[in-house]
Amino acid sequence: MAALQIKPAQLKKLFTYGGVRTMAAAAQGKKNIVLVEGVRTPFLMSGTDYNKMMPHDLARESLLGLVRKVGCEPSDIDYVTIGTVIQEVKTSNIAREAMLGAGFSDRTPAHTVTMACISSNAAIATSVGLIQAGVYDTCVAGGVEFMSDIPIRHSRQMRALMLRANRAKTMGQRLGLLASIRPSFFTPELPGIAEFSTGEVMGHSADRLAAAFCVSKAEQDEFATRSHRCAMDARDKGFLCDVVPVKVPGKEVLVEQDNGIRITPPEKMAAMKPAFIKPHGSVTAANSSFLTDGASACLITTEEKAKQMGWKPKAYLREMTFVSQDPKDQLLLGPTYATPRVLEKAGLKPKDIDVWEFHEAFAGQILANFKAMDSDYFAKSQMGRSAKVGAPPMEKFNNWGGSLSIGHPFGATGVRLAMHAAHRLIQEDGKLALIAACAAGGQGVGMIVERYPGAKL
Amino acid sequence: MLNKCTRFFSKVLTKNLVLISEKRRETHLFVLLRRELPTGWLRLLFIIKLFIMSIRAASALRHFSHSLLLPSRFGPAASWRLFATTNPAAANQHVKLEKQGDVAILRLDSPGKVNVLNQPVMEEMAEAMKAVQADPSVNAAVLISSKPGNFIAGADISMLERVQSVEEGQALSKACQDLLDEMEASKKPFVSAIMGTALGGGLEVAMATHYRVAVKGKASLGVPEVLLGLLPGGGGTQRLPRLTSVPNALDMALTGKMVKADKAKKLGLVDALVNPLGPGLKDPDTRTLEYLEEVAVKTASQLASGKLKPKREKGMMDKVMNFALKYDYPKNFVFNKARAQVMKQTNGLYPAPLKILDVIRAGVDGGFKKGLEAECRGFGELAVTPECRGLIGLFHGQTECKKNRFGKPQHKAQKLAVLGAGLMGAGIAQVSVDKGMQCILKDMNTKGLARGINQVEAGIKKKVKRRAITSFQGEQYMSNLIPTITYEGFDKADMVIEAVFEDLAIKHKVLQATEEVIPEHCIFASNTSALPITKIAAVSKRPEKVIGMHYFSPVDKMQLLEIITTDKTSKDTAASAVDVGLRQGKVVITVKDGPGFYTTRILAPMLAENIRVLQEGASPKDLDRLTKNYGWPVGMATLADEVGLDVAMHVSADLGAVFGERFSGGNVEVIKEMVEAGFMGRKSGKGMYLYPKDTKERPINEGALEILKKYSLAPRGLSSDADIQLRLVARFVNEAVLCLQEGILASPVEGDIGAVFGLGFPPFTGGPFRFVDRIGAGQLVKAMERFAAVYGVGFEPCQLLRDQAASGAKFYPAK
Repeated sequence: MAALQIKPAQLKKLFTYGGVRTMAAAAQGKKNIVLVEGVRTPFLMSGTDYNKMMPHDLARESLLGLVRKVGCEPSDIDYVTIGTVIQEVKTSNIAREAMLGAGFSDRTPAHTVTMACISSNAAIATSVGLIQAGVYDTCVAGGVEFMSDIPIRHSRQMRALMLRANRAKTMGQRLGLLASIRPSFFTPELPGIAEFSTGEVMGHSADRLAAAFCVSKAEQDEFATRSHRCAMDARDKGFLCDVVPVKVPGKEVLVEQDNGIRITPPEKMAAMKPAFIKPHGSVTAANSSFLTDGASACLITTEEKAKQMGWKPKAYLREMTFVSQDPKDQLLLGPTYATPRVLEKAGLKPKDIDVWEFHEAFAGQILANFKAMDSDYFAKSQMGRSAKVGAPPMEKFNNWGGSLSIGHPFGATGVRLAMHAAHRLIQEDGKLALIAACAAGGQGVGMIVERYPGAKL
Repeated sequence: MLNKCTRFFSKVLTKNLVLISEKRRETHLFVLLRRELPTGWLRLLFIIKLFIMSIRAASALRHFSHSLLLPSRFGPAASWRLFATTNPAAANQHVKLEKQGDVAILRLDSPGKVNVLNQPVMEEMAEAMKAVQADPSVNAAVLISSKPGNFIAGADISMLERVQSVEEGQALSKACQDLLDEMEASKKPFVSAIMGTALGGGLEVAMATHYRVAVKGKASLGVPEVLLGLLPGGGGTQRLPRLTSVPNALDMALTGKMVKADKAKKLGLVDALVNPLGPGLKDPDTRTLEYLEEVAVKTASQLASGKLKPKREKGMMDKVMNFALKYDYPKNFVFNKARAQVMKQTNGLYPAPLKILDVIRAGVDGGFKKGLEAECRGFGELAVTPECRGLIGLFHGQTECKKNRFGKPQHKAQKLAVLGAGLMGAGIAQVSVDKGMQCILKDMNTKGLARGINQVEAGIKKKVKRRAITSFQGEQYMSNLIPTITYEGFDKADMVIEAVFEDLAIKHKVLQATEEVIPEHCIFASNTSALPITKIAAVSKRPEKVIGMHYFSPVDKMQLLEIITTDKTSKDTAASAVDVGLRQGKVVITVKDGPGFYTTRILAPMLAENIRVLQEGASPKDLDRLTKNYGWPVGMATLADEVGLDVAMHVSADLGAVFGERFSGGNVEVIKEMVEAGFMGRKSGKGMYLYPKDTKERPINEGALEILKKYSLAPRGLSSDADIQLRLVARFVNEAVLCLQEGILASPVEGDIGAVFGLGFPPFTGGPFRFVDRIGAGQLVKAMERFAAVYGVGFEPCQLLRDQAASGAKFYPAK
């Protein structure tokens, strides 16, 4: 009852920290949800060291890494949610297979979510929702992507034939089926690389987006180089402490770090041919994120539960929002739409944000988002807002690199963003971080992460 | 065996994939997946396919339009809008010259909505070209329009209409040819940057430049001159086959069809594509045009420096074709086949396609220069033909009927409801949902409803198959369809269109039931071909909201919509109905209510005359031949079968009762007896002809002949081919003129459009009113009096026709 008598002015004072308002969830009648810890496997370019593994192997590594790092028992986990995009058909509920393999209790349920490049954000959102709703206290959210092996299917005609072959009883029927085979049946079907709704490949859309916002190739190359430089610095300084080493079966050494970070000389970068729109496009292989294998996982619980268990949380998970827009011309503008909305929900201004972490799908996409966020015309004509939100300041943006350099295992990036945000808040002595990402289907996510008092790297 | 093969194949493929991904970031894997696909097996299959295609080359001509004569050929509205006329403007207003680096930019921006090609434009273009040649710091040039909607929409029609003699026409063509020859001869490369339409003269300009960049999905290219009874007179007949191939050029020039940018690229008409941009820092079209310019300028500069060379590799099929055309036998084969096709489609009534064939042939035989000479002569000759005048008139009329003369409706109808999921109802629903309108489709029972849904679905699938829309768009369109067997959802409908059985009592029942549930503002439209709207509206609580919308079957193909207003119909109701019709892609005429409205009414006396002709001994085949030779796209006997003899019977009985003897002709008992015998036309499998299910053979129905024989009449000396043709047309035209006289029609324009697009009146005439202007009202009156002397009152010329004959006035006075 005492809390109810606090006047608004007092309330504001109560939750003011370092000059900015904090967002105690309790004030809104919600639980305070904390991000205890998060880990990821090293992100490797597909077709390299993880080549012979299976997707759930990687997810298992991240789950094991997480419980070991937190020092908890697998039985402490109430629920597991894992995001993935290209599904291995043998392990379609990969969350369940991975947690069973990791020695979690077979009494712990698990499910898999998919939302393109923000799949593990969706996993986090699911966990937060379950906790907020009082279903569980402790959830693991993760993500995994394995592009070294993808399900390539037989053609529809061939599949139909094979299914019929199952039912063929006599030799005559079987021969009849065999005779109906046509050369075209052998054309394989690759997993959808193009948007189903528009038939357009993402890189193609990114190139058009960059052109629509007048982003030059030079700007894109410069941004990509920055990403690699930042990532390399962060790695060398040991900031990327969310990485847990993986012992790949049959390999002599441990895989300990990401292998996609590299500085390409500017002249080589400039000489790269466009990868999607030829010959005049601006998106090249060097300024795009590459196909990556990797997995991530994080532990989410209530502040109360963490205290009870003696866990030391890294951050509060505050507001979040998912957005969606036209999958053709605005496919990759998720951050532009999500940023102002999540800020408003949290009652914050862009200047309140100390750490910005965006998913870098393409350098051109990030720069286009910056220009869109900085354009009154776009805010008014497309978003129905009265004014622009403004682009994030570069010195606070993806200071430890991003998907362009570290890599982008579609399903796993969301947790990586959350951990970078939490760790950077500690390292850079900030208070609030904003995460945003775009995803296929014209969707996006925005999340606000707040540093937990006394959190350490 | 099967498994082994597939396993081997997937192995090859995955191995490649791994190798590729090990190449790291040389390129994105996704890209490679695509590019590397035709490896091994696939490459072999690919080559086999190519081989088969090359064998089929000779039959490539099958793509010719099968409906050159059909009104629907007169294309999507867009193609027509684009010929639009502009006022001649003062000098130096059309082409602006700028410079960017070593590239000159010729910016086309005529005052008005579209850029067209006419004297002043060509003069300014010539001037700009001279400036380009004279400036040593300029190495290349880009030709671009400032209008995102069109590059150059074609020749200025008003200029074409002013041509009075063959020589004038030739001079026009020659001037354009010379200008474009000069452009082509330029050592400094010219690049066309095409966004929007490049039609006719516009495409000819583009073809004379050295490189063409077009915006994918936002550019349409074509030479639609044939639809105006002309030929591409600016070197188009010669450059088109050179850039594409003879069969492709014939296809485009003879049908006048437009191709989208990506198809144009495949044909060789366009060298590079630019993708349309979405919303960014500016509105999408503006920025896309800028982007196109950036790319074109870069391209031009690279062409000048030699860094970029145009790649114009022909496909295997085209190579084989080009090789074959060097020899007389295959050449004759191709051209004879094309000519036969044209003759079949046009019965030789349209001079333009035949001339186009000759002119293209002249170029193939004698080379570019000889071809140009033939083209210039041909253009001059065609420009003064009455067919050209008629078709241009039709074009103006169509443009007119794509406007809403009642203005903007107060409430834009977004949600339609169609009652009755039969052929018409489902057709109306289809043309609504695929234009983005929501449409409730209601039927009495689920069986009828399912049939209707299937019809809509089949129509949309066909569009997907033709790649007119994506399968995703198809899904969205289908989602706009709301099938029901109750009146649920009608409370949110903006317009209800009933397409139930043609029976006044049923229509009344439906109208009253509907008015119970629809909101205040909702309009009730009746799709009927003959029932007077005033009678239908008699039971309405709000007759000002009741209107007639007469669609033609099949709804998705026939372009015409006849809207019928009663004395009580409000202007806003009419505005909304026209607005819906236009959004459904229709050409709309609005007429006053009366028995048979306009289209049904003018058809009736002609059908009666048909029966008389048949009774006088002509066989249905003779009748079909005669009328088709006259220019009707469908023979009259076949038309009767298509309409349905039972329908014809009802209509002639109803209208006969109102109009009396004027609508007499053959014996009404003939049709009655045929209907009684079950000969109702195509729908019953028997009519004038038999319609066996599994073949396309259409043998004459002997049973029908028996009946005709029973009622046979002695010919009265007016049964020469020409007389029969004129007898039929005269009754049709006279009734049309009478409709204008009585105020059913608001203008001759709507009369012409209704007759051509709804009933197939010979299109090259431009419609019944232009037909009268062309042959002279006096001549027609004279002929009719001759017929009236024998057949009586049915051939009495109406007063307005007599007045016109006496005064020499025209329905379309010369400007």
